Amino acid sequence: MTGIVIVSHCQKLAEGIVELARAVAPGAALAAAGGLEDGSLGTSYDKIKKAADEVCGDDGALFLMDMGSSVMTAEMVLEELKGQGKSIEMADCPLVEGAVVAAIGSGAGETMEQIKKSVEKAWEMRKL
Amino acid sequence: MVSTKDLLTILRCMAAAIEKNKEWLTDLDRPIGDSDHGINMARGFGEVEKKLSGLEGKDGGTILKTVGMTLVSTVGGSAGPLYGSAFMKAGMALADKTEISMADFLDALDQAVDAVRQRGKAQAGEKTMLDAMIPALQAMKEARGQKEAPEEILKKGVEASWAGAEATNGLIATKGRASYVGERGIGHQDPGATSFSILLETICHCKIGKL
Repeated sequence: MTGIVIVSHCQKLAEGIVELARAVAPGAALAAAGGLEDGSLGTSYDKIKKAADEVCGDDGALFLMDMGSSVMTAEMVLEELKGQGKSIEMADCPLVEGAVVAAIGSGAGETMEQIKKSVEKAWEMRKL
Repeated sequence: MVSTKDLLTILRCMAAAIEKNKEWLTDLDRPIGDSDHGINMARGFGEVEKKLSGLEGKDGGTILKTVGMTLVSTVGGSAGPLYGSAFMKAGMALADKTEISMADFLDALDQAVDAVRQRGKAQAGEKTMLDAMIPALQAMKEARGQKEAPEEILKKGVEASWAGAEATNGLIATKGRASYVGERGIGHQDPGATSFSILLETICHCKIGKL
């Protein structure tokens, strides 16, 4: 199953998005990597790596990030894990919508490439 | 030439300089960022300082790589991956070196600028640390080309760095959190360009003029 890692500056935001996505796809492989070790705002390399290790199996894992340093820190974790032969990608998408789409794909057993393609279409989902 | 022992001294001085300027860097980050640049940098360099005694006797590459990795895992904001990548890539230029010349130093800084450019997907004029790094490197390369003394080369680099940092006041950010503030950020100096200038000035004051 493709793992999905939600990377945010905020622990509550990452955990909340995982909670929301899990509600629509209970079987999905989701992990939250939000905030610093002490729960304050920021992005933690170690937390992202730990979350990736949790959900990255043979089918790989997809990173969804909020902004700025989340993107750069996730990229550094990705480089390290790819160096270890793991299959990891980052997806460019609005975080909440993308997470829900990704969770559904993960739960349905889609490949990482399929999920990446559908979450990047989340930019086109209009609300009004 | 500068020994790796001197390099460790410079890194200790950097940690002290960041701690001393912590409040200022955080204040600069308040209107255009998330008010944490000074706190984050001080946390990262505080952790770096703890590792320095264990790095005695190691080569320049190992020292800078360790500094970079420590910053990546402890800073907690954009400065982590940016300065982290910068130090790690600069370390590649100093691999196996136990003596560092001015040419080595400029090589390492060239690599650092490249690392920040790649990691931040940024270029000059976007109100980032690159607006201090690029003119500083340029000024030092020119001074070296004119065969100026090491102290003079570093002094010119520091002057260009501060001038670049001050010029970020007039720029609109298109990268990082400050880009959300847009033109409301005009009149505010970029914290990353400022912290880079502090670090370069520290190298200058630490008498790496012996380079």
